[in-house]
Amino acid sequence: MSNAIIPLLLDSLASAALIFFAAVGLTLVFSVLRVLNVAHGSLYSIGGYVAASVCLFIASRQLNPYLSFVALLFSAVFVAAILGPLIERSLVRWTYGKSEAVQILITFGLFLILEDLQRLVFGVQSLYEDSPMRLLGTSSIGGVVYLNYQILLVAMAVLVVVGLRLLINHTRLGRLITAVVTDREMAQSIGIDTNRIFILAFSLGVFLAALGGALATPTSGIAPGLGADTMVLAFAVAAIGGLGQIEGAAVASLIVGFARVLAIYLVPSLDAVAPYAAMLAVLLIRPYGLFGSVTARRI
Amino acid sequence: MRIILAAAAVVMLAALAFAAPWLQFVLTLAIAKGFAALGVAVLLRAGLISIGHAMFFAASAYGAAFLARAGINDLGLLLILSVLVSALIGAIAGSFLVRYRAIFFAMLNLAVSMVFYALCAKLYGVTGGTDGLPVPIPAVFGTVFAEPVFKSILFYLSLTLMVLVGLAVHRYLDSPLGHALSAVHSNEIRLEYLGIPVWAVLLIAYTISAALAGLGGAIAGFAIGRVVPDFAFWTASGHLVLIAVLGGIGGVPGAFIGALFLELLHSAAVTVTDAWNLFVGITLIVVIMFMPQGIYGLFERKEAQSS
Repeated sequence: MSNAIIPLLLDSLASAALIFFAAVGLTLVFSVLRVLNVAHGSLYSIGGYVAASVCLFIASRQLNPYLSFVALLFSAVFVAAILGPLIERSLVRWTYGKSEAVQILITFGLFLILEDLQRLVFGVQSLYEDSPMRLLGTSSIGGVVYLNYQILLVAMAVLVVVGLRLLINHTRLGRLITAVVTDREMAQSIGIDTNRIFILAFSLGVFLAALGGALATPTSGIAPGLGADTMVLAFAVAAIGGLGQIEGAAVASLIVGFARVLAIYLVPSLDAVAPYAAMLAVLLIRPYGLFGSVTARRI
Repeated sequence: MRIILAAAAVVMLAALAFAAPWLQFVLTLAIAKGFAALGVAVLLRAGLISIGHAMFFAASAYGAAFLARAGINDLGLLLILSVLVSALIGAIAGSFLVRYRAIFFAMLNLAVSMVFYALCAKLYGVTGGTDGLPVPIPAVFGTVFAEPVFKSILFYLSLTLMVLVGLAVHRYLDSPLGHALSAVHSNEIRLEYLGIPVWAVLLIAYTISAALAGLGGAIAGFAIGRVVPDFAFWTASGHLVLIAVLGGIGGVPGAFIGALFLELLHSAAVTVTDAWNLFVGITLIVVIMFMPQGIYGLFERKEAQSS
């Protein structure tokens, strides 16, 4: 029996880590900016494309293969540093305080633009470069052979949860962000530069999305359409955890990852249904998500 | 004035398809999507944004495919039955979905439609998986026509339906029941105090919008001759909202104007580039930022000035 449970648990954990990376940026951006970014999935896939291109370049020049780990991280920083401020300043800023319909449509327009731009820049063929994964090799846990890269993914996800918690609770920037989240007008009136906070928070969200894409490419490669698939998955996880809840997103990723792996083991044809079914079940009972707070009914 | 303009537009569409038969398919598809976008626009009146209406679009097309397989072979009957199927699904889904507002409404619609999409794509034995199902050419009043003739009949039928259903929806939106929708948007608690059950108002609107999306889906299914799960993917739902907003949610013609604009833009853009979504995205952002009334708003404003 344990022969079946250990791989199931490990697979769920690794799957949850990847799902978490897709969702955490979305939920972070929502909590600070109050904007649901429908283009989040595209930022994830752009991160993946940039990372895969750089890794392929490293492999083709036969540089030190360990450089590809640096490349994964730096492509995410690169994407965030360029696209984060650009998108926030040009489009997202315009939607603050507007209705959800406007926010969803503006970011949906951005999603369409980014999807086609990726097609133009990176082409329509899929990219696959797994050198970072092969480099780390395998290890054996309880007699089960396992990829070290997937353990790295889980460790990275834990690192992000702890890092974000530390950032928000124990740094000056975190306190400023909390102030803006709690009461935007009051924060502004005591002299907090909310524009700067918005740029930083949005860019951090882009960084997390791009990092998720970069970390996912060695395991599954990247192809057109990934952005759209990731978007709904991120949406499902963020909604289950409660929009704006970082720990909620972590727990939701575990639930969705487990549901998905369980479905693959039991009813393989239903693995794609599992995340959405979980989302539907949770939202019908608690529409504000597992960890979300009740918002007052609009008068 | 407005009636003359609308009549002129319909006559122009009919003449256009007669003069350039290759446009017929594009126009049929545009009208089909216009119906679905009209459904989305009905809900937008109440401030409810649904990113899941492609589900009803797809459900009705699948319904037509299943019914045709079951031996029903009449265009009129198939259309009516598949619209009823999507209206029924809409009534069931709506009965619990209309309790939610704002972003929760949007997310739940998305969740339901993605469960539907994933089931369509994965239940290979029932739905044919990602290959989808064929929608065969049905008989029209007992006669089976050749494909080009059937496509023409379908186009002129869609055009007629556009006028008739459009008038009916216009009538509905102008009724107390329709005006209650905008009241839900501005202040639903006052509406409750007036003794009007918000839940019932919204459920009726949701069912109507599902039926409209279903009518569009059935027409699209017949026009394309096949239904695939991608009909129900969330980007398709996003496109429906986009069409509704692009055209302007102020009136019935808006949805069809938006759909025509988008389909014609599509057929013009694919001759130049693959990246037509790039133009659509830019157009959408420009329209929302600078023309909040949509394309239809241009006509409305002109009329207000001239009268």
